[in-house]
Amino acid sequence: MTKFGSAVFNRLVIIIPYAWLMFFFLIPFFIVFRISLSQTAVAMPPYLPVFDLADGLSGIFSGIREFSIDNYLWLTQDALYINAYGASLWIAGVSTLCTLLIAYPIAYGMAQAPSNLRATLLMLVILPFWTSFLIRVYAWIAILKPEGLLNQFLLGIGVIDQPLIILNTNWAIYIGIVYSYLPFMVLPIYSALEKMDHSLNEAAQDLGCTPISAFWQVTFRLSLPGVIAGCMLVFIPAVGEFVIPDLLGGSETLMIGKTLWNEFNANRDWPVSAAVATILLLILVVPIMFFQQAQAKADGEGR
Amino acid sequence: MQRWSRFNIVSLIFGFAFLYLPIVLLVIFSFNESKLVTVWAGFSTKWYVQLFQNQALLDAAWVTIRVALVSATCATVLGTLAALALTRYTRFRGRMLFSGMVFAPLVMPEVITGLSLLLLFVALGFDRGFWTLTLAHITFTMCFVAVVVQSRLLSFDRSVEEAAMDLGATPVTTFMKITLPIIAPAVFSGWVLAFTLSLDDLVISSFTSGPGATTLPMKIYSQVRLGVTPEINAVCTILIGIVAIGVIIASVVSRQRETQRVKDEQAAFGH
Repeated sequence: MTKFGSAVFNRLVIIIPYAWLMFFFLIPFFIVFRISLSQTAVAMPPYLPVFDLADGLSGIFSGIREFSIDNYLWLTQDALYINAYGASLWIAGVSTLCTLLIAYPIAYGMAQAPSNLRATLLMLVILPFWTSFLIRVYAWIAILKPEGLLNQFLLGIGVIDQPLIILNTNWAIYIGIVYSYLPFMVLPIYSALEKMDHSLNEAAQDLGCTPISAFWQVTFRLSLPGVIAGCMLVFIPAVGEFVIPDLLGGSETLMIGKTLWNEFNANRDWPVSAAVATILLLILVVPIMFFQQAQAKADGEGR
Repeated sequence: MQRWSRFNIVSLIFGFAFLYLPIVLLVIFSFNESKLVTVWAGFSTKWYVQLFQNQALLDAAWVTIRVALVSATCATVLGTLAALALTRYTRFRGRMLFSGMVFAPLVMPEVITGLSLLLLFVALGFDRGFWTLTLAHITFTMCFVAVVVQSRLLSFDRSVEEAAMDLGATPVTTFMKITLPIIAPAVFSGWVLAFTLSLDDLVISSFTSGPGATTLPMKIYSQVRLGVTPEINAVCTILIGIVAIGVIIASVVSRQRETQRVKDEQAAFGH
């Protein structure tokens, strides 16, 4: 092959995936934004076109003059949306914290395990992640129902004498998120802990640290990149979660993912759901960039 | 063994019990005689028999498998290229944007991805159905493939590639003869991951598919909303079985290849 041929190969390696993601990932966001500025119409698709390219440049200018921020004003006027954003951030935050508290001891135990056991333990953590999300959420319905397995068990051993109402409350959402996202938290923490040099912890203890303070000051700090990556992997998707609040949650709290879904599928109001999505994206931009930096740092270490 | 303390073992046991108990219960109750999924009334496989008489469900399963096969294969090619671009070419215009576009879909809430792809397809005037579903699945699964392949590319010794190039191999030959065989296990697990992600997806599929292209998760979801039945438990059990077998085979294959590789290297270097 000629030099020209290899230059083409090098180019194509970058251009093909680049172009694909541009077209199917980035450009769609601009379309969402554009439609969030248009007006609802009874038609198919159910919005008024903002640009009419047939009119050329003047069409674009008159289109820009017709941009309407009505959809955004609508979101601020109805407390439903603001509450849904707030509730989503709160639920995602609390769940992320709970996931961290449960995942850290698991990851720590795995990293301390004899090395011939580690590969098996790792596979045991990954396996549920490959099983369907929907199935794992569904499995909890039968457990949490008032006449479900958890209540049968607790009533049976006599801890409670009234069935606990968990399904269709926020408790069920917390349990669902912690359960579904647990592997996402365990894996990055485990990989940070596994790389760690244990002599550092021993050195700290030799120099007079108690085991607990050695853990806080050495082990935990060194695992912080994994903790941050794990928290982002849980928090960001959890804010926009739809399946868990829909199947396990009740009517007391509306999360934003479900609001968007209802707006789109039940009310068929595409411009408002586009506005809901745009704001959600703006809220998540900072954590997403944070996540990306953590990823880039992790790559840099590997090099 | 002071490090592997009792505390570690207890936290692992509780952790794995939490992860696996719900799935185990779901599987057990798929064999329940009664229509209730919370009261055990004896062993029966009647729900499985009923499943294979449910034509709508079988159709949905067939659509799901076709979409997953096509999209996993395309996503593996695109994701491997993306991983190469990220690890081999550290400087090119727009690299920041590119790595952003590879990592963002991993955490992007599915409702946003689904809605934005749907609006793209509508703007282009595509009919929603099998192909829009497949394009959507390729887009979000290729990023997972890229991450899996990238971690393998970062950990391997590039001097082998450089040696091949020095001996006159073109980039294409080097890639085919040297790089690809080394990263093959990662590419394969990327494919399996893309396949299962596509098999499972509900939210993005609901946005991007049209009449005539109902997938199994969409079917399961619409039945779950009506109530919990042993029939759904049976579908779920079959899906879990397929995924578990696939993952175990994939990990055994990659572990064998890894031991083989270590042996080969030791033989080559005469240790």
